[in-house]
Amino acid sequence: MNYREGAPIKDTKAPEGPIEDRWEKRKFSARLVNPANKRKINVIVVGTGLAGGSAAATLGELGYKVKSFCYQDSPRRAHSIAAQGGINAAKNYRGDGDSIYRLFYDTVKGGDFRARESNVYRLAQVSVNIIDQAVAQGVPFAREYGGLLDTRSFGGAQVSRTFYARGQTGQQLLLGAYSALERQIAAGTVEMHTRHEMLELIVSDGRARGVVVRDMVTGEVETHLADAVVLATGGYGNVFFLSTNAKGCNTTAIWRAHQKGAVFANPCYTQIHPTCIPVSGDYQSKLTLMSESLRNDGRVWVPVKAGDPRPVAEIPEDERDYYLERIYPAFGNLVPRDIASRAAKNVCDEGRGVGPGGLGVYLDFADAIARLGRDAVEKKYGNLFEMYERITGEDPYTQPMRIYPAVHYTMGGLWVDYDLQSSIPGLFVIGEANFSDHGANRLGASALMQGLADGYFVLPTTIGDYLADAHRFDAIDDQQVAEAEIAVKNRIEKLLSVNGTRTADSFHRELGKLMWDYCGMERTEEGLRKALERIPELRAEFWRDVKVSGVNEELNQALERAGRVADFFDLAELMCLDALHRTESCGGHFRAESQDADGEALRDDEHFAYVAAWESTPEGPVLHKEDLEYEYVKMTQRSYK
Amino acid sequence: MNLTLKVWRQSGPDDDGRLVRYEIEDVSPDMSFLEMLDVLNERLILAGDDPVAFDHDCREGICGMCSMMIDGVAHGPQKNTTTCQLHMRHYNDGDTIVIEPWRARPFPVVKDLVVDRSAFDRIIQAGGFISVPAGSAPDAHATPVPKLDADSAFDAATCIGCGACVAACPNGSASLFTAAKITHLGLLPQGQPERGSRARAMVEQMDEEGFGGCTNTGECTAVCPKGIPLDTIARMNADYLRASRKSG
Amino acid sequence: MTATIDRGKATEPVTQIPTRPRRSRRRVSSNSLKAVMAVSGAVLVFFLVAHMAGNLKIFAGAESFNGYAAWLREVGYPLLPHRGLLTILEAGLVVAVVAHMYSAIVLARRAAHARPVKYAAKVKSRANGYATRTMRWGGVIIFFFVIYHLLDMTFGVANPEGHAATPFARMVAGFEPARWYITVFYVISVVMVGLHLRHGLWSALQTLGLARRYPVLKASAAGLSALLTIGFLVVPLAITFGVVR
Repeated sequence: MNYREGAPIKDTKAPEGPIEDRWEKRKFSARLVNPANKRKINVIVVGTGLAGGSAAATLGELGYKVKSFCYQDSPRRAHSIAAQGGINAAKNYRGDGDSIYRLFYDTVKGGDFRARESNVYRLAQVSVNIIDQAVAQGVPFAREYGGLLDTRSFGGAQVSRTFYARGQTGQQLLLGAYSALERQIAAGTVEMHTRHEMLELIVSDGRARGVVVRDMVTGEVETHLADAVVLATGGYGNVFFLSTNAKGCNTTAIWRAHQKGAVFANPCYTQIHPTCIPVSGDYQSKLTLMSESLRNDGRVWVPVKAGDPRPVAEIPEDERDYYLERIYPAFGNLVPRDIASRAAKNVCDEGRGVGPGGLGVYLDFADAIARLGRDAVEKKYGNLFEMYERITGEDPYTQPMRIYPAVHYTMGGLWVDYDLQSSIPGLFVIGEANFSDHGANRLGASALMQGLADGYFVLPTTIGDYLADAHRFDAIDDQQVAEAEIAVKNRIEKLLSVNGTRTADSFHRELGKLMWDYCGMERTEEGLRKALERIPELRAEFWRDVKVSGVNEELNQALERAGRVADFFDLAELMCLDALHRTESCGGHFRAESQDADGEALRDDEHFAYVAAWESTPEGPVLHKEDLEYEYVKMTQRSYK
Repeated sequence: MNLTLKVWRQSGPDDDGRLVRYEIEDVSPDMSFLEMLDVLNERLILAGDDPVAFDHDCREGICGMCSMMIDGVAHGPQKNTTTCQLHMRHYNDGDTIVIEPWRARPFPVVKDLVVDRSAFDRIIQAGGFISVPAGSAPDAHATPVPKLDADSAFDAATCIGCGACVAACPNGSASLFTAAKITHLGLLPQGQPERGSRARAMVEQMDEEGFGGCTNTGECTAVCPKGIPLDTIARMNADYLRASRKSG
Repeated sequence: MTATIDRGKATEPVTQIPTRPRRSRRRVSSNSLKAVMAVSGAVLVFFLVAHMAGNLKIFAGAESFNGYAAWLREVGYPLLPHRGLLTILEAGLVVAVVAHMYSAIVLARRAAHARPVKYAAKVKSRANGYATRTMRWGGVIIFFFVIYHLLDMTFGVANPEGHAATPFARMVAGFEPARWYITVFYVISVVMVGLHLRHGLWSALQTLGLARRYPVLKASAAGLSALLTIGFLVVPLAITFGVVR
């Protein structure tokens, strides 16, 4: 697959001046919409996770006419609900030296200098309001005996700025956004469409003016028109088939928008989480994350000898390799996610992995239990141990856990400017679906922060600037609407008519394996080229041989799945292309060719300090570069030795 | 292991529905219950048959989408566990498993094992929130909350809205679901201004949807994957009666 | 892995249920009806305690027992007319019973409406509530028992001694050894009442939102119902076995 380079792309919305004043300036310069006009302005929000749910609710509160869509049976089920750890905020309630500037600094550095400074600074500023908002909504954050909010330090941060609600922070925050959304539904400002899947974006006169959706119960293809469209459809980790995402997570909404002209930024940046429960068999349908906090007390090891068949108890201490402690004596088991993940892959590649298929490493609590006592360990990790036992049938108190990295989060997404507007006017993208704030690597407890910042505070302000012109928009071109609808119907028709011999899932598994092997934790030119060769073949085979049972006019889960897999093929290709062109290593993107003498990721700031924004054209992908400038945080190489 | 499944098949809301028997071989004990059904569905698709429709999403026990009555028990035999977290090692070779959708008039069957639980959303719409527009909140530390209250509120707030409580209740009552939200918000200082109106509106909406009344059987809490306690219902009753007395 | 598909081994078709229930008429909420049940139930429990205390006077002899019965009719006289307070109490009881039963019937009908389709699999109780599951049909048995009991002891219609006899004589005659089957019926019914109370007592507190500390509450409910059951059983058993004659 070839690409050519187009004109550079640039964010024109972030104001000039000192970074701490930019958001304030933008809020003031953004035009307002007269309340009487808001009632006449329609906004479509697709997705009801933290970003989409909070955005739909807030836009409804502001008086816009909102239509909200989700593929689940209720907006409360979006996958934000599964986030365990917590949410960062620069409240500095501990007085431990935290500040907006420090959160900004940590996030830029954690993102390996591939995020936009203005956006990240705003995120850190707004983080403070999120906690206030959530508490006022009744989110039951953990508290101390004095009645004030508890915080913890998370993901290697040196300050305690992570607010949490046991291991269910995502759930509690989402239910807060959901209740705000339901309040607006009751008030009549938001019209909710559950079990509807967006299958096409309608662009008319160069503006995003609506969506084509399929009612997943009746199969009816519906058109919804509006003055602006907001996509909050989450990440695309399921391109790997196995990931910690929910089964339904998919790329279709953003991919359709990409096909219609929205540029896609940094598709190759994927975050691999080091502590997941390993695959147990080829029927495996998803992977389950175990909180990273386990690495605070667990010791990671594998047998020294490759292919050691002995059970744990028979492996003497000197034949165990505590490889993280050995290679990274300063940070030991607490090295960042990407480093821990890659190290696990390396030892497994050496044939020293444990468990089924040799894809796993031990996370051993024997020392912690000996040191702290079983009760103390149970108190800290009881619920996680229980979850582990439920899934594996093994008791982590008496034998080490087995863990393995899994795809967790995708930093890439549709390109947006400071206003969160994509390259199609009127198409806004928020939450994990956009690329904006995490650079090449997301810090723990930052995803929830970004989703809610976008939905509650940023988008509702910036979208007004665009909608202030709504009364001047041209009438929607019927031709464009009809074409979008026909495209959707044809696609469905085509999927149903192939009537081949393989299920969509079997193709998806094969694609996922390919991506994991060649575009996963470690990427090489050779592997990526192989993948780029194989993906089109597999896609052709899919369109020739997929079997989708049933008809469109019913609840047809086989059809839903097949449509999503079809888009994953196209996305996978772009991911590999992006990974191939970025010959440096940075954050979640590790190119084997770009590492230092110790095997650490080596950034190439001279050539790659840019956002790779890909445009889809009939002649193939076009790369637009957005140069990244660092005025405030000096670029440095990470080191955890 | 080999299993016999008897699965409720119903092509749509207007179909009568029936139990259909499937034999399934070589089930691995490490499979989750839903993975076992995935395997069945792959076979059904290849056979040109209609796969069994069932709701599922996160598959880690938190989204509340999965909803199956397994051998007459909501979410199956393991306590405090959603269907997606149930694993096949709890079954033996040769077992017969009967799988049905949630049964309640307010939860009409959409297809096979999929039911419409939008009644729950409407109960929340009636008052399961604190009215606070974005940006209008005071500082998070402005109102300290006693830790015990915060913890109890959290316990109630862990409800995942799966509907197992309704499915298990012989009266088809949604009391545990409704009470969990009323308790969560009613225990926090932020929830006080709307406490009475919330309880009244939500309880009345629950009736309006056609859920039955609570007879304190305790079946709901026994199958609740999050172990929402029964005393939430006592709190709901107290709040409801107090609010009814006040406003007549 | 293979899956053989065997179509047609279906169970009986079920009747179709409407997809969206909608009612325009405003009804009394189920929670309010439950409160009515709780309050009326509480009235009946107080009555049972008094009734049991009165019954136990039989062990003090015929004179004491008949005297107590007579006192009940005279209490408050001359401020109240003859049998005045008793009539008021009886009226209160009738209201309580009617309210209790009416609510129960409405709630049972709503419950049946809410669950129109039964599960094909045998539903296993996960809450181990035997007493709980006997509430509805147990209540019906108690209702019939109360009718018989009134005919027997209050109106004397079903009593060998008839209405004219003293209360003591009616009591002894009612449970005489030859009429052992009456005693058996009585025992079963009283046990039913006990079970009804075991769930009803704490359930009423729960419904009124007063329930706290369930283990203590449930144990107290079980204790009080056991006490009432025993208190009501010793009298007929003592008569049937000839201890009181």
